[in-house]
Amino acid sequence: MFAAAAVALLVTMAMALVRALLGPSIYDRILAVNAFGTKTLLLIAVLGFLAERPDFLDIALVYALINFIGTVAVTKYSEYSHLGHPVGDDARGEL
Amino acid sequence: MGRALSLFMVLFGFWLLMSGHFEAWLVALGGASAVLVVVIARRLEAVDHEGHPLHLAWKGMAYWLWLLVEIVKSNIDVARVILASPAGVSPSLFRVKASQKDELGRVIYANSITLTPGTVTAGMEPDGTLLVHALTEGSRASVESGDMDRRVSRLMGES
Amino acid sequence: MGAVLDLLSWASILSGALFIFIGTLGLLRLPDVFSRMHGAGMTDTLGAGLLVLGMLLQTTDWLVAIKLVMIVAFLAFTSPTTSHALARAALKSGLMPWTRAGREVSKENPPS
Repeated sequence: MFAAAAVALLVTMAMALVRALLGPSIYDRILAVNAFGTKTLLLIAVLGFLAERPDFLDIALVYALINFIGTVAVTKYSEYSHLGHPVGDDARGEL
Repeated sequence: MGRALSLFMVLFGFWLLMSGHFEAWLVALGGASAVLVVVIARRLEAVDHEGHPLHLAWKGMAYWLWLLVEIVKSNIDVARVILASPAGVSPSLFRVKASQKDELGRVIYANSITLTPGTVTAGMEPDGTLLVHALTEGSRASVESGDMDRRVSRLMGES
Repeated sequence: MGAVLDLLSWASILSGALFIFIGTLGLLRLPDVFSRMHGAGMTDTLGAGLLVLGMLLQTTDWLVAIKLVMIVAFLAFTSPTTSHALARAALKSGLMPWTRAGREVSKENPPS
């Protein structure tokens, strides 16, 4: 059963990759990469059960953190061209 | 100070649950790291009613349960739309007024809208008007009916 | 008892995988980035939730169970944040949502 879930997750990951390749806008790509990351963390958790190694769940949790931080960082950078604290709402920061 | 203490308890409890080791040395290290995080959070001025909303703990449970049901319902709606006719959706961008006076309440409302599939909050104005993108007419109507808005207001104790 | 639990967890895992699949199908088939976000949101909420519920029913170790619950709780808090950040950034960049009438926004709903 876990093997079936893992295969299903791999298929959907491939589908998310197709969206990341097709685009068309960079936001489609960011969204696809974020969805890909969510599926990856679920796959890691499922693999942990498949291999009967519960330590995998810790990796899945850390992966969730990295995926979240990464997506927010990329969207923030694309919005402000800066990762620090911009002065105004549309201020372009220097990097 | 009370909030800092409760934040420490939450963090330390979280550390214990995540580690699963209960040797004195390791537990002491976990306690030390929890203290460090509380100190940093206080320096960031993040230990306030927004960063650590202790007062919502109990009422929040009932709200979560209600939200869970809403999430399941809207998931099924969106799944049906995607399977039936992806080209037949009628997305729209519209404004809706958040009636909460407190910023935390508005954020909870906006996040609840985003968490239910079919609706995404794309922006918030200083007066509390939310810019919402809805996938279908049905999901738009469910936001405009204001049911969730009233429940968040009740959660915040404003009505 | 064990057989009933197994059946429940299998059903949960299968329907979770189904919701993830439909959500990703939406990611592929919906017309623009704003509507695709709703498909991705399905994966993050019910898809992940049901999948984890199924795994939760298979485990007897309470530490494992807590970590599984943490994964879902974490997704529930981060998913709206990323969706909102993405929608906001896309709107600010000047990307207009696809509507029935074309890529335009009517007078009563101007973009901010």
